[in-house]
Amino acid sequence: MRSAFLAIYLRDLRLAQRRRVEALLPVAFFLVAISLFPIGVGPEPQRLREIAAGIVWVCALLASMLSVSSLYASDHLDGSLEQMLLSGHAGSLIAGAKAAAHWTVTGAPLVLVAPLIGLLLDMSGRALVALIVSLLLGTPILSLLGGMGAALTLGLRAAGVLLILLIVPLSIPTLIFGAGAVSAVDAGLSAGGHFSLLGALLILTTLAAPVATSFALRIALE
Amino acid sequence: MNRPLTWLTFSAPSRFYALANAVNPWLWALAIGLAVWGLYVGFFVAPTDATQGEAYRIIFIHVPAAWMSMILYLAMAFWAGVGWMLNARMASTLARAIAPTGAMFTFIALWTGAFWGKPTWGTWWVWDARLTSELILLFLYLGYIALVTAIDDLVRGDKAGALLALVGAVNVPIIYFSVRWWNTLHQGATISLTAAPKMAQTMLFAMLLMTFAFWAYAFAVVFTRAQALALARDGDAAWVQALRKEKQ
Repeated sequence: MRSAFLAIYLRDLRLAQRRRVEALLPVAFFLVAISLFPIGVGPEPQRLREIAAGIVWVCALLASMLSVSSLYASDHLDGSLEQMLLSGHAGSLIAGAKAAAHWTVTGAPLVLVAPLIGLLLDMSGRALVALIVSLLLGTPILSLLGGMGAALTLGLRAAGVLLILLIVPLSIPTLIFGAGAVSAVDAGLSAGGHFSLLGALLILTTLAAPVATSFALRIALE
Repeated sequence: MNRPLTWLTFSAPSRFYALANAVNPWLWALAIGLAVWGLYVGFFVAPTDATQGEAYRIIFIHVPAAWMSMILYLAMAFWAGVGWMLNARMASTLARAIAPTGAMFTFIALWTGAFWGKPTWGTWWVWDARLTSELILLFLYLGYIALVTAIDDLVRGDKAGALLALVGAVNVPIIYFSVRWWNTLHQGATISLTAAPKMAQTMLFAMLLMTFAFWAYAFAVVFTRAQALALARDGDAAWVQALRKEKQ
């Protein structure tokens, strides 16, 4: 079971490594989208500091949603997804491995560039630490939920936009506690409660989302 | 035709169609009658509110619509789930028929809430926990409708919609409590609806009348829409052909 998980996970990483520019597109989107805000809202450091956490979180959410829509698409087209599901391994295992690979390729780089973004938006050191921890806990949730959306919209014409409409309402709690952690630190409070709730959401999503995703995959391939 | 009545009797589209035909005139009459009565009591009989003046009268539409919006989401998820698990076509059709009505009630609740908020709070919209959750509920409805209409294969659409509706139903409480937490962190709630003074008897009576009117309307319109969907789905089936001959 562990070997099957690892095999799918490493396969997806290898595929991403062979299309490096494609794999880096979500991070590029993240940077471009964030840099629009100072231009649109105005460059006053005080105002930027206030909205920094929200901007970073919203852009991370959108970057995850945009990239996750192709999670199953190429495997579906060349038939390998069907073979994986026929292999006798649990569908939830496959869904979990795919989501983990998506997080490694897309979510982790977002966490890595977040400090840089924080400096651009004049965030304080403590707020930056809170931002990184909240992104570390929160972006896997986005990959897991997004994987479910990708499975539901597999092979549909407007899959990308539809996925955003389906999954964004479900990811609102993550956004609230992720951005809330940074606001709490900014206000001089402890972010512990936010981190606990994010952790609880992560555990719940890790347990439930792969199962729902495997159902969605079987529905789509029937 | 004297088959014993079981709980699966009306899962056959032809029998459901006949049932809906039989009850729909009564439901429409009930909906219109109750709405006229409820609006009369609400707008002419109920006393003017001491603090909110006449503007409060919008709650006779607003509150029942908000109740319906939540109940219909659960009903939709329930029937979609039944349709998925038991492969019952008619249950899935019913879920599809409920969705637009639920979305409409959600929209009415938001719209009348804005009408009430302008004179009372002085603003069309506040990011209050209830308003925000209701808005997210509207997005959940729109997501369900968009998903089932985007999938050309009807059976796949039914099942995918069921999965989404059930996941949404599980998430509604999580969303509600996280939004409430978010709201209390950012700003204290300006006006709490739960702390409202007790309602006069006539006000409550009018509100209940309107609630039953909305229930009757929801049943009637959902049955009518389900009939149309069932006809479109079973276009070639014998019972639809028989109906067609009857009409000619």
